[in-house]
Amino acid sequence: MAGLFLEDIHKHFGSVVAVQNVDLRIPHGRFVCFLGPSGCGKTTLLRLIAGLERPTRGRVLLEEADITDQPAHQRNFGMVFQSLALFPHLSVGDNIAYSLRIRKADASVRQRRVDALLELVRLPGYAGRHISQLSGGQRQRVAIARALAIEPRLFLLDEPLSALDAKLREDMQLEMRMLQQRLGVTTILVTHDQREAMTMSDLIVVMGTDNQVHQMGTPLEIYRNPADTFVANFIGTSNLLKGICSGSRQVTISGKTLGIEAMPENVKEGSAITISVRPEDISVVAGAPEGANHLPGRVTFVRDVGSSVEIYLDCNGFQIISQSTPKSRPAVRQGDVATAVLPPAACVVLTA
Amino acid sequence: MIEDKPKGLRALLPILYPAVTLVVFFVIPFGIMLAVSFFEREPGGFYTTDFSIDNYGNLFTELFGRVLVFSIFISALCAVICVAVGFPFTYFITRMRRKAQVVWLVILVSVLSLSAVIVAFAWSLLLSQTAGISNLFVWLGLMGKPVSWSPGFWALTAGMCYIAFPYTVLVLYPPLSRLDPHLPEAAQTLGASPVTTFFTVVLGSLRSAIVATLIMVFAFTLGTYLIPQILGRPQHWTLSVLITDEAVYHSNLPLASAMAVFFMVVSLALVGLTMLIGKSRGPAAR
Repeated sequence: MAGLFLEDIHKHFGSVVAVQNVDLRIPHGRFVCFLGPSGCGKTTLLRLIAGLERPTRGRVLLEEADITDQPAHQRNFGMVFQSLALFPHLSVGDNIAYSLRIRKADASVRQRRVDALLELVRLPGYAGRHISQLSGGQRQRVAIARALAIEPRLFLLDEPLSALDAKLREDMQLEMRMLQQRLGVTTILVTHDQREAMTMSDLIVVMGTDNQVHQMGTPLEIYRNPADTFVANFIGTSNLLKGICSGSRQVTISGKTLGIEAMPENVKEGSAITISVRPEDISVVAGAPEGANHLPGRVTFVRDVGSSVEIYLDCNGFQIISQSTPKSRPAVRQGDVATAVLPPAACVVLTA
Repeated sequence: MIEDKPKGLRALLPILYPAVTLVVFFVIPFGIMLAVSFFEREPGGFYTTDFSIDNYGNLFTELFGRVLVFSIFISALCAVICVAVGFPFTYFITRMRRKAQVVWLVILVSVLSLSAVIVAFAWSLLLSQTAGISNLFVWLGLMGKPVSWSPGFWALTAGMCYIAFPYTVLVLYPPLSRLDPHLPEAAQTLGASPVTTFFTVVLGSLRSAIVATLIMVFAFTLGTYLIPQILGRPQHWTLSVLITDEAVYHSNLPLASAMAVFFMVVSLALVGLTMLIGKSRGPAAR
């Protein structure tokens, strides 16, 4: 099977565990994001793939070949660092041509490659510029061009957009995604920004503060079917309601029984579970009508930010947040009696 | 409303202090020396006020030329040795943990508390025939019989480098510790081996710091006066020794001043040349 394999990877720095129990397969040609809070080990994992760190245990395999002990300079992986790490003593062109010079390519070959790459990152004619003469976004593009100059087998990006302002960051996200699709190079991006991960990736690997991988899947899979409470909380906001399994498709939450669409097979009747419901799936109706999956409560707060409306309900001790568009805004105000409606299909059962 | 810029004397106040310091401690003494260099020497006495360029004419002797060239040569050599040894040394210190760095720097700074006299005599003892390290080599079977290495050219070089080395490290430390650790890593991901990385990226990105350190050590060792007399033979005496001789033992202040001024002009020209070379190899020139 083609792709990059991480087998049972552990990395310790002294007594500190940076990464543990990582088993991943990254398919060829995909854009993959390592997503997690700071300190979860996502950057360490990327550096292990790049060869800048050796795993304490485990193997790294690329296209069936064991590359665990291969030094970084023999791997031919392009990497963009968080600090960008552009060489300050070289011009834009010399930065991009650095790897070609190391490989002793002819001057004419280097020239053509630099021009082509500058064209690719939309900075034509910048080869003679000094790094200090460039803006943040331009430096970003130079760093990308430099990493692509070696025609990398893997393209690794360590939070390269974190230094840019919000508007530029969103533009660069689209641009990088389209660039990757055009080149078809397997790409791994490290980020703590879930929106960035959702925008750019084919696959997301969610890592937690326990330095382990919690879930891997497509962005929508992870959003719709989080594997555990950590993922549900970290990716977007979620209503997490603790209850007890009371039937094959039933959950009891503070005395109320809710119907759900699917119950994991290993959950027995009577065991404690948590259900996750996304705020945009919950609708709110005024008053206290009876019905299936209706949770009566009281409006504690209404957050109206124009493009969307969030309604906070206190349902018998549970806080439930519902999100709706201004068009479908329910006619309730703070202090009103209202009822949250949780569609069975939107209730995802979490066991951890 | 932004306050008006202060005018007149008040605007000048902030630069007054450095200006006064510079004038009192540098411009006036140098002016006196420059003036004296044009005065006439009075044999058996001091000097008389005059304006003659005879002192400069008298400089061009074979002895003066030889000593000038030797002084510049040995200072340049010390600068190259200090930076060649000090750069990797400092680089490894900056890669250590914070605590270890402090220990190393404290040891290094404590070396500065030794005076040139102690350093010179310690080296002369260490390189002597009777008690020097050659006895150790004999004991180890590396040499037949103990030899004397001091006084001599390499003894002098060792002494001068020893004095200049802590300054070299202290000047190199700030730019080296500011070096982004991702720069060498980026070079490695681009296919450069650790050795290539060191020469192309670490040395390359710190070129101006290296040039500045070379100039600092060069200028610092030019003034060496005591060490050549203890660790060198008379043919290894530097221009500073010659100038002192002229001023103190021959009471010829005008000639000594002329020597000092000429020496300074030549050194400044060399420093300027080095800076020019250091700059023109930058990417902006291409």
